[in-house]
Amino acid sequence: MAILVLAEHDNASLKLDTAKVVSAATAIGGDVHVLVAGSACAAAVTAAQALTGVSKVLVADAAAYEAQMAENLSELVLKLAGDYDYVVAAATSVGKDTLPRVAALLDVAQISEVIEVVSADTFVRPIYAGSALATVQSLDDTKVLTVRTSAFDAVGNEGSAEAVAVDFVAEAKTVFVSQTLTESERPELGSAGVIVSGGRGMGSGENFAILEALADKMTAAVGASRAAVDAGFVPNDLQVGQTGKIVAPDLYIAVGISGAIQHLAGMKDSKVIVAINKDPEAPIFQVADYGLEADLFDAIPELTNLL
Amino acid sequence: MKVLVPVKRVVDANVKVRVKADNTNVDTANLKMALNPFCEIAVEEAVRLKEAGSATEVVVVSIGAKAVQEQLRTSMALGADRAIHVQTDEELVPLSIAKILKAVQEKEQADLVIFGKQSIDGDNNQTGQMLAALTQMPQATFASELKLSADGAEVTREVDGGLQTLKMPLPAVVTADLRLNEPRYASLPNIMKAKRKPLETLSIDDLGVSLKAHQTIVKVTPPAERQAGIMVSSVAELVEKLKNEAKVI
Ligand SMILES: Cc1cc2nc3c(=O)[nH]c(=O)nc-3n(C[C@H](O)[C@H](O)[C@H](O)COP(=O)(O)OP(=O)(O)OC[C@H]3O[C@@H](n4cnc5c(N)ncnc54)[C@H](O)[C@@H]3O)c2cc1C
Repeated sequence: MAILVLAEHDNASLKLDTAKVVSAATAIGGDVHVLVAGSACAAAVTAAQALTGVSKVLVADAAAYEAQMAENLSELVLKLAGDYDYVVAAATSVGKDTLPRVAALLDVAQISEVIEVVSADTFVRPIYAGSALATVQSLDDTKVLTVRTSAFDAVGNEGSAEAVAVDFVAEAKTVFVSQTLTESERPELGSAGVIVSGGRGMGSGENFAILEALADKMTAAVGASRAAVDAGFVPNDLQVGQTGKIVAPDLYIAVGISGAIQHLAGMKDSKVIVAINKDPEAPIFQVADYGLEADLFDAIPELTNLL
Repeated sequence: MKVLVPVKRVVDANVKVRVKADNTNVDTANLKMALNPFCEIAVEEAVRLKEAGSATEVVVVSIGAKAVQEQLRTSMALGADRAIHVQTDEELVPLSIAKILKAVQEKEQADLVIFGKQSIDGDNNQTGQMLAALTQMPQATFASELKLSADGAEVTREVDGGLQTLKMPLPAVVTADLRLNEPRYASLPNIMKAKRKPLETLSIDDLGVSLKAHQTIVKVTPPAERQAGIMVSSVAELVEKLKNEAKVI
């Protein structure tokens, strides 16, 4: 069996998500190839070649792929898909944007957000914000899957795959205009061992400074609830939940977050959960390993001091 | 300019669903149903385009059992002009929904199709992208801002690292994220008015669409419950537990 993994990268570097998708591909079993489609993406290619279990890296390096837009990226994947039994990508914004297009062009269904590989054709995925897990058997010849990377451990870097250029360039009607990416020295939500998340209880964007101080002390990433993002306290890319990022760090500290099911959907697989909330009835306490009923404006500075 | 908005009936976002005892599916009997929140945002955006004078007609479409007419009426109470109900009692995968929508789009020739980015039941996040592929339209998923101009649509999208802006000619597919707008509440007069707006019912055969089976649901199970934790009485105790019991710091 042959598996094509769409690499997650930003041209300059390969994201850890790719190593996690390769891990899911390895669980399916077969020959695993990685497609790096981008522009001036040589560093990402080198990193992909080193991934354990990858036997070939396909490189589509062209200006048309710089912004990794679904419209033409899906044409590229379609062009290659004939050689593969599986097309797999991370359930990231690029993967979620692109793979359904690939699936539709192949006339097959997509199985989204796979968290477990049961067998070569059977996969587990959460539905209803994680309130249930569906075990789905695919009847399609080509299986198109997105993988929830928080559910898989990354493969190592013991590989030495060959790199092969793909010279097919698909153009798009879509034009890239601009991008504002949140700059941060802190770890990314998807790869952080510790995440400190703030909710509406933070009260304002300025108040997030006390969470950031705690995060810096713990080398943690900062996350947020939808309410905190909607209120404009922090940018959208910090949102954790059903419709934001799905994370599973070793330690998740929820501060001033009530624990709505849509938020829990994004963090309830964390190894250890701490909740700090002044309302003893807050539902977040039902999933927390350690709950502290306190005013966050007292507790957070004190916690930062004690670490 | 015509805007087509596909909408879905789902279990209300505030209701916690449970798995059936025989593990065949979730139990949705007697649960409160609603217009999928993302679809509601999509309808709102289309109605605002009409109010701003950019769109001339807003058509909503839903595929499902008779009951989806309730959500079509809700959409018309929010301001959609007319509705199409494609009747089927089968649970269809997103690809099949997209094929049916392609047939609807061929009839309607909308300039813009606005979807919700995902439905909160299946959480698939596929249908908009699939329709775009089947009709060879450009797409902008996860939209937080939509601007129309003479040469097409300019859409700001919520992506993993921040925000991205794309421009594309029409016809195009846009899928709505949470922050695209805040939907209005339907007023009582508008709810009454919606009852008299046109609602056309079609079958999948009427549209000439043939579908096939793509997957089987082997089982549906509840997720592992987390072990109940403890309350600590002070920050010092919390630090002690994290160091010596959980050993995560
Ligand atoms: C379709 C849909 C998708 C959604 N997707 C997401 C998602 O991806 N992610 C997400 O997070 N939400 C999502 N939501 C929203 C979700 O339902 C909740 O509204 C949201 O998570 C609430 O955020 P919050 O806990 O910060 O705010 P609130 O529910 O308002 O809770 C604030 C908490 O802060 C506490 N607090 C206040 N002041 C203090 C203080 N000084 N000290 C200590 N505690 C304090 C309060 O006791 C309260 O528990 C979604 C909703 C819908 C309908």
